[in-house]
Amino acid sequence: MKKEQLLDLYYQMVLIRRVEERGAELYQAGKIGGFMHLYIGQEAVSTGLIAAREPRDRVITAYRDHGVALNCGISSNEVMAELLGKATGMSKGKGGSMHMADTSKNMWGGHAIVGGHLPVASGLALGDQYAGNDNVTICMFGDGATNIGYFHEALNLAKTWGLRVLWVCENNQYGMGTAVERASAVTEIRQKAEGYGMKNGQADGMDVIKVYDAARDAIEYVRKEGQPYLLEVDTYRFRGHSMGDPERYRKAEEVKQWQENDPIGIFNKYLLDKKTATRKQLDEIEARVEEEVVKAVEFAEASPEPAMEDLFKDIYADN
Amino acid sequence: MAKITMREAISQALMEEMDRDPAVFILGEEVGVWGGTYAVTKGFYDKYGAARVKDTPIAENAIIGAAIGAAMVGQRPIAELMTINFAFSAMDYIVNQAAKLHYMFGGQFMLPMVIRAVGGGGRQLGATHSQTPDAIFAHFPGLKVVSPGTPEDAKGLLKSAIRSNDPILFIEHATMYQIRGEVPEGEYTIPIGKSKIQREGKDLTIVTYCKGLELSMKAADELAKEGIQAEIVDLRTLRPLDMEPVLESFKKTNRAIVVEEGWKSYGVGSEIVSRIYEEAFDYVDAPILRVAQKEVPLPYNRTLEQAALPQVPDIVAAAKEVLK
Repeated sequence: MKKEQLLDLYYQMVLIRRVEERGAELYQAGKIGGFMHLYIGQEAVSTGLIAAREPRDRVITAYRDHGVALNCGISSNEVMAELLGKATGMSKGKGGSMHMADTSKNMWGGHAIVGGHLPVASGLALGDQYAGNDNVTICMFGDGATNIGYFHEALNLAKTWGLRVLWVCENNQYGMGTAVERASAVTEIRQKAEGYGMKNGQADGMDVIKVYDAARDAIEYVRKEGQPYLLEVDTYRFRGHSMGDPERYRKAEEVKQWQENDPIGIFNKYLLDKKTATRKQLDEIEARVEEEVVKAVEFAEASPEPAMEDLFKDIYADN
Repeated sequence: MAKITMREAISQALMEEMDRDPAVFILGEEVGVWGGTYAVTKGFYDKYGAARVKDTPIAENAIIGAAIGAAMVGQRPIAELMTINFAFSAMDYIVNQAAKLHYMFGGQFMLPMVIRAVGGGGRQLGATHSQTPDAIFAHFPGLKVVSPGTPEDAKGLLKSAIRSNDPILFIEHATMYQIRGEVPEGEYTIPIGKSKIQREGKDLTIVTYCKGLELSMKAADELAKEGIQAEIVDLRTLRPLDMEPVLESFKKTNRAIVVEEGWKSYGVGSEIVSRIYEEAFDYVDAPILRVAQKEVPLPYNRTLEQAALPQVPDIVAAAKEVLK
């Protein structure tokens, strides 16, 4: 990757972190409602992954979607506005934290039912196969989603029909509060692909470069071979499952140990060690992000609420 | 006008739309090589090939989920559920995805897809393969539910459904594929969301749809022999529901019954009766009655099954009751 691209990845990772930190504060202040699941700790995964796609490749993910939305190029203004339920959010305030999408950025949601979007991902790829193109659909989900039937139906269909889906399991070690080994017959999720004769791989999800490299190779395979691929990425969420998580299921030392592996810290050190950037340059990026996030919050707070008549809008496409 | 069967009407609609629009394709269990378990897609596989007539695994989440995804990116899939009873397996996809995605993302996604499903009892298929759960699906805003009772309506409504940009559940009845009816020559469509007077009369209104229409027409013949003229309003679409012809008819007759094959409790009839009371209370001359399935899981035994399903004499009796 070129220097500009590397620095852009750094900017994206810091942006996700700061947007969500502000988001958490606004949530505590009662300005954001519903469920909110933070991506903090996992930023390297979606950042590396989406950097490896071509713009024509589609991305679909679960409810931990703010970072994915930002990586796909949705503005921090729109992300913040949607969190606040404003009309200027990309889903016009009707989706909220868990339902962020922008088809023009090839970001197909933000889906709140665990595993629910996996067959839909097969469908996106089916649409492309039917149209005769070689677009790749990147479908992200957690380890918890691999224990529900949808996962198996979706993978079976993708392999049987030769659909171009890159399945990316973000193994963050817990499905809500239940550890992988307490919920899954195999703790190495990639093994589940073997049952479908599907090629698979693994990457360190705390290292954006390693995610990028693995994703690039996997996407190339999917595109060229017209076959799905399962990439397991090991990662960890530093915050609770959602905002209302008492975190009784894990020890503070465990969280601390992972936090020492902070993906932003690792990448910061990488950029300095490789002399890709100076400390000053990285500080400047961080300052730029701070300013952007302040503006995003201002934008969101100043944005109008959806109009009352929007309540009945978009129930159907045809009238 | 040509006289054709319900099966031919549905088959013609599918074929005409596949010929008209290359984005239209079919997927489902045994739709291809087998020719469809109710033979609706017989010959399609040879004509259109495996890419447009796709045999799927027996995996309803994959079928409906894949149809949703393909529709989101602009194709026009028609997913066939071998029976509507299997829709329960795919309930998440129908209710949480198909019915929600357009609204929940502020109108960004369109879902131009049709789910064809076969429902109804009367074929001794036992309790799990004989249900008429139409009301459940009609409960959800975001989904459209169509269920025709004549070949003419089936063809015209299915063509409209395929051209629609919304997810549509199209419910056919397992015992009606052989019924015959006249259909117009050449190209035609029938708009979704429009009820229709299928038979005119002045004495009472029978509100019904799908299998209930077939039974109600026979009941109306019986009633006519006794000088009673029943007017039959066929809903055709359960959501969005068009009450106008119902209310118009009721304001004329002041008496009504509702005939449906599903269970009476929380059913289509409950909705229709409520609406009449809400919107035309001043015109009510007698309690409105519902003719529906007995509140039991359908048994296998033929005699018991028929006893549980609504029959022509039940409709005749209810009609006479409201005319007392």
